[in-house]
Formats: sequence, structure tokens, C-alpha cells
Amino acid sequence: MSRVAVREQDPKVRATNFEEVSYGYNEQEAVLEASRCLNCKKPSCMTACPVSVKIPFFIEKIVKGDFAEAARVISIDSSLPAICGRVCPQETQCEGSCVLGIKGEPVAIGKLERFVADWSRENGLSFVEKDEPNGIKVAVVGSGPSGLACASDLAKMGYDVTIFESLHKAGGVLMYGIPEFRLPKDKVVAAEIENVKALGVKIETNVIIGRTLSVDELFDQEGFKAVFIGLGAGLPKFMNIPGENLNGVLSANEFLTRNNLMQAYKEESHTPIFVGRKVCVVGGGNVAMDAARTAMRLGADRVSIVYRRTENELPARREEIHHAKEEGIEFRFLVNPVEIAGDERGWVKGLVCEEMVLGEPDASGRCSVTPKEGSRVEIEADTVIMSLGTSPNPLVANTTEGLKKNRRGGIEATEDGRTTREGIFAGGDAVTGAATVILAMGAGRKAAKSIDEYIKSLK
Amino acid sequence: MYKIVKKEILSPVICLMEVEAPRVAHAAKPGQFLIVRACEEGERVPLTVCNFDREKGTVTIVTQIVGASSRRICSLNEGDCLVDVAGPLGQPSEFFGVPVEELKKQRYIFIAGGLGVAPVYPQAKYLHEAGACVDIIIGAKTAELLILEDKMRAVCDNLYICTDDGSKGEKGLVTAMLSKLIEGGKEYTQAVAIGPMIMMKFVAQTTAKYNLPLVVSLNTLMVDGTGMCGACRVTVGGQTKFACVDGPEFDAYQVDFEEAMRRQAMYKPQEIESDHKCKIGIERSNG
Repeated sequence: MSRVAVREQDPKVRATNFEEVSYGYNEQEAVLEASRCLNCKKPSCMTACPVSVKIPFFIEKIVKGDFAEAARVISIDSSLPAICGRVCPQETQCEGSCVLGIKGEPVAIGKLERFVADWSRENGLSFVEKDEPNGIKVAVVGSGPSGLACASDLAKMGYDVTIFESLHKAGGVLMYGIPEFRLPKDKVVAAEIENVKALGVKIETNVIIGRTLSVDELFDQEGFKAVFIGLGAGLPKFMNIPGENLNGVLSANEFLTRNNLMQAYKEESHTPIFVGRKVCVVGGGNVAMDAARTAMRLGADRVSIVYRRTENELPARREEIHHAKEEGIEFRFLVNPVEIAGDERGWVKGLVCEEMVLGEPDASGRCSVTPKEGSRVEIEADTVIMSLGTSPNPLVANTTEGLKKNRRGGIEATEDGRTTREGIFAGGDAVTGAATVILAMGAGRKAAKSIDEYIKSLK
Repeated sequence: MYKIVKKEILSPVICLMEVEAPRVAHAAKPGQFLIVRACEEGERVPLTVCNFDREKGTVTIVTQIVGASSRRICSLNEGDCLVDVAGPLGQPSEFFGVPVEELKKQRYIFIAGGLGVAPVYPQAKYLHEAGACVDIIIGAKTAELLILEDKMRAVCDNLYICTDDGSKGEKGLVTAMLSKLIEGGKEYTQAVAIGPMIMMKFVAQTTAKYNLPLVVSLNTLMVDGTGMCGACRVTVGGQTKFACVDGPEFDAYQVDFEEAMRRQAMYKPQEIESDHKCKIGIERSNG
């Protein structure tokens, strides 16, 4: 039996709205797909999951039609299943190691996780199994995936957890970065954050640690016994090429924040957004796909992704690339901008690029690229969105004595989340630089375990 | 929610609000700014800190109606709440942390244009209390738009007022007043200009003639105000800086004002449209 296809919005229609692309499985589809699982004795899918969700066990419950029990099984290891079911790169994790994938298609674990989480939310289920409160205060800096995962685990162990968020809404990149059409904000993100709060976690928004309060004040004045730093990688990178400060050139972070967090696509929002007729997005990751697809939905005539390698090297998930293509996004491969051209009013009029040649794979397995001498390609554009990755915000590291930075500009931390200063833990993009939601959650969970060990060692 | 404990109408388009925000008041320093939202649909509006009271746990902000979001802020009254007040953001003024003995030797001239009076206030107050000589020039289009005159007078040695139409103080621009003071024998060690970008640009041309160091505070576009979006990019000394985290204050002689002014106007058409819709909305709701 082949994999049960998931229903999606028609590409032509969805390219004009912000409704979710994928409809997800219904009950019949979920049971049918779940029945494909071989229930392996040594489930490799589980070991491939950064938060170790007990995958075959919850799938087995789906087969039996016991969706509530499936949801409970997932809740033991993940506080954000409706989010992970939507944005995890399952193809390189759980599904990538599914035995069925060797000869055919792996079980659609992500879609099943999403189904269970959505069903659980729609039926008002909530899982608040936790230990007796111990009254010990732990602070979490940042309410993105790593912070939420860390806070959930600590709350389940009985700790009194407060998350400090610098923006006005909790969720971090889930709120400001990933678009509505991939991850609905109110329906999914806000709802899963409510589940975290139901465990007793407090969230204080508008608090910028390093400005409003220092980490030292958290210890000395607010009585926290440990601090987890999960502030993500929020700083946009630019290319440092001529013309980058022209009007109409913006970071993907700015473009997406205006549209996602500030909801500029809605009539009633006061936050303006500019999208021209011809949009170029520079970069090839998931964020580039998100920016391009958002520009298309906001009414651009033509949206191109400009990437210096080839399709094979695109770092974005295959599913996102596929969706982008379906929606009419064009791809320009093996070109790299060297300058942004402007008109007499200081607005962008195009990209000046050089052609690139793909070389041999380097030690990391990634192909190097070199410019083709004397080549020059011009691409017309009135909006250029730079999507070249992000780096960690240095604010906390710069304002906290004894906290070392690593070579990526992030906070130096061990695999289990210990930093160079006692009592301070860190994980997620703040340590590694931009990665995935699920890796950040995994790091948050490991740090929660370390924090528990650390606090117990104090007694 | 952040309760407005006091509201004063300073002019038909400018209002002052004292807002409960204990954490922000505790940490605020001269030169820094806040991000404020009046309602769920509102933009994150960057506003400079006009004053703070650590004991009462309040911060004072001054808002001028320039678009839909600032119109919403000004429509709130005492007892109402702002949905968000975040901060303090950006770097404190350079003089903050300089030993008082050093500050006592300094002779400051502040040039404040329009709403720029608000952020000048805490700086002048700090320096005046530290024992530095502080002169202030306030410029406004017309007497009606002149704000905080008495408060400013209380935190400086000399206050000079000029208006474009001569309705109050001297008729003319702040740059003319500045030249007049210096030509007349006033000696300053440091100038600080805060106001419209175009004013700061011309003040820089004036102070350059007298080799007077000048600091400006850049009111660029911002979304988050924490270094995430890069909307506030400015070229300073040939390098791209983020006004929100590297600034908002910079050495005026290094700032590319032409670029800063152009970038500031990027969303003008959308802002006008949004404010227009907002006004229609208010009129309708009023009946």
C-alpha cells in the first residue's frame, strides 16, 4: 500500500491567500496511513527524533482509533506537536530512517503527528501531568522552540518557570518568522503556547534580557536559581555589496516580521509592507521560500529566488521547494549578486549578478562555487529580499560577565546545555546559529535535564 | 498592560503620557528609546524616553501624530492602557557613565527640533544635575507646536527659542540661532542635535564650521527595535549600522543623512493610506 496523500489547497488559489497550504489528514486517512507502520522492534524513527517522541507507540494508538491516547503519548516528549508535525524536516529525521523508506515511501509520521495534535486541540484535550511544585524559580530567556521545550520539561518536574520574551507576543520564530500558510498563528502556535502555560509556566512579554533586566538581576534581585538562554538567532545577515541600503532592499526577517508578527497582510493592521511587482529573494533556505511565497501572496507579478548553487544544493526542505514551484516562484540558479542597482530616486531597479560554476564537494560534502570570470547577469527587480541566514543576538552574551561566545557568535555551550558560567544554560539557535525548530526543542529538553541536575546538586 | 497615569496635551498634535512600566523605568537611561503599541492592530512605534521615575515606576513618552499608530496612541486617555511598552532599547548617551568631574568641565549646546525636545530633556537634566554647562535651543514651526518650554528651562543655564514664523522667540531656524550664539562668543565643547533628519543634517553643516563635535539621535524606521529586522540600517563612517542596537546616537559627521532621509520615507505612501483609513474609522465610530 502506498502512502496516503495529503489534501492541499490548489496552488493557484493558495498563491493568493494566507490560509494553510496543507489540510492534513482526516480520521479515516490517518488510520489508513498509520496502518502502514510495521511497528519495528528497534524503532529507528524514534532515535532519529531530536526529542525522542515514542513514534511507533502513538501510531499504534491511531490504528486502534484511540486518538486521545496517541496525543497523551506524544505529550510526554513534545509540548509542540501541532507545530512539529507541520515544520519539522521529517524527511531527514524520523521519516528519513523509516524502514519502509528503503524500498518505498516512509510512513507519513509528520502528518500523523499533526493529525493527532490537531484532533487533540479540537477536542479540548490537555495534558498537565506534572510533579508537585517545588517552588524553585528558573528563568527562561526567549519563548521560541527551545525556550518553550525547556520550560515545559522544567514545569513538569515541578519548577516555577518564567519565560521572558522581548517581543509583544510569545513564540519567537514561530510567530515572527514562519508564515501563516505553513503554521497558523492563532489556531496552532498560540494554542500550543497555551498548553505550555497550562503546565504552570508564566510568560512575561516585552522584557529584553540584557536591557530591561540583566541576567545578573535575574539571579540577584528576582531570585532565580538557574537561567536558560534560548534567544534564537535573530540578527539578519547582509551581503555587504554596493546598493544594499537602497529603498526596496530588506532582510527576510523584516519582510516576514511585518507580515507574520505584525500581520501587515490584514486590512486592519497599521504596519505597512512594501512588495513591488518584480521581487528577487536572495538565498535558498526555508526562510527564502517563505519570503518568496509571501511576496507572491501579497500580489507581486513575478517572484524569483536567486541562488548561487544549483537546485540539488538548496538547503530548503524539498516539500517547501515543491510548494514554491507549484505556486509559480521562479528559480535562478548559479547566479550571485555582486551589486544592487538603483534608480535616480534611490529605489532598487535590479540585481547585478555574476554567473557561478559548481566545483567539487568539500570536506563537509557541500559543493564549492566560484564565479565565472567576466560574466554578468542583470535581473530586473523593484524589491530585493536578503535571505542569507541569521546569527545569534549578542546582547545577553555582551551584558553577562563570564559568558563566553563561540566562533559563530553564539553562546558557548556543551551538548547538554552548560555554558561557561555556573547556573546559566543555553541551547537552540542562540548556540548553534540558525537551525531547525526541532533541534532547538531537543536542545531545550537536554538543558532542562541539566538544570534539574544542577539545582539538585546545590542542595 | 501599561496604564496611562497622566496625559497632557502639549499641542494639537502632540501629547505627553506618563505610563506605568516599572521594569522599563528601573532600567531606562538618557539616550535610550522604547517601543510602544497602543492596540492589537497598532505598529510597534519607537519613542524616545522623555523622563523616568524609578520610585513611581513610570516612564514619560511624548508622541506626535504622524500616522495611524501614533494617532491611536494620542487618542488614549488617563486610566487607559497601552498594550505594550518594551525597553529601554539602544545605547545610552555617550556621557552616561562619564565621571562627574569630567562632565563639570563640559559646555553642552542642545539643539532640539519639534518632538526632539522630548529626548533632549532627560539628557539635559542629567548633565545639568551633574554640573555641566547646558544651553538649549528649541526650534518649532510655530508657537503652537513648541513643547515643554518650562521643563526645559528648569534643566539648563540658557534656553533659546526660535520659530519659523516668529510667533515665539526669534524668527528663523535653529541653525541661525546656533551660529549667532557661537559668533557672539559662546564656547561649547559638545553639541547634541535631536529632531527631524533634515534639521540634524543642517545643524551638522553649521557645527562643522566651528569644529564643534556633534552627536545626533536618529529616528529611523524600525519594526522590532532589537536588531532583528534591519529596517533601521544607516551608513555611519562608510559602514552599515543598525540604529536600534548600535545607536540611536551617532557622531553626526559620520552619518549619511541623504540615505537616512530617503530610507525614512520608504513606506510614506502606505502610511498615508493607512492613516487615512484610520481617520475614516474614527469618524465612523464617533457617529
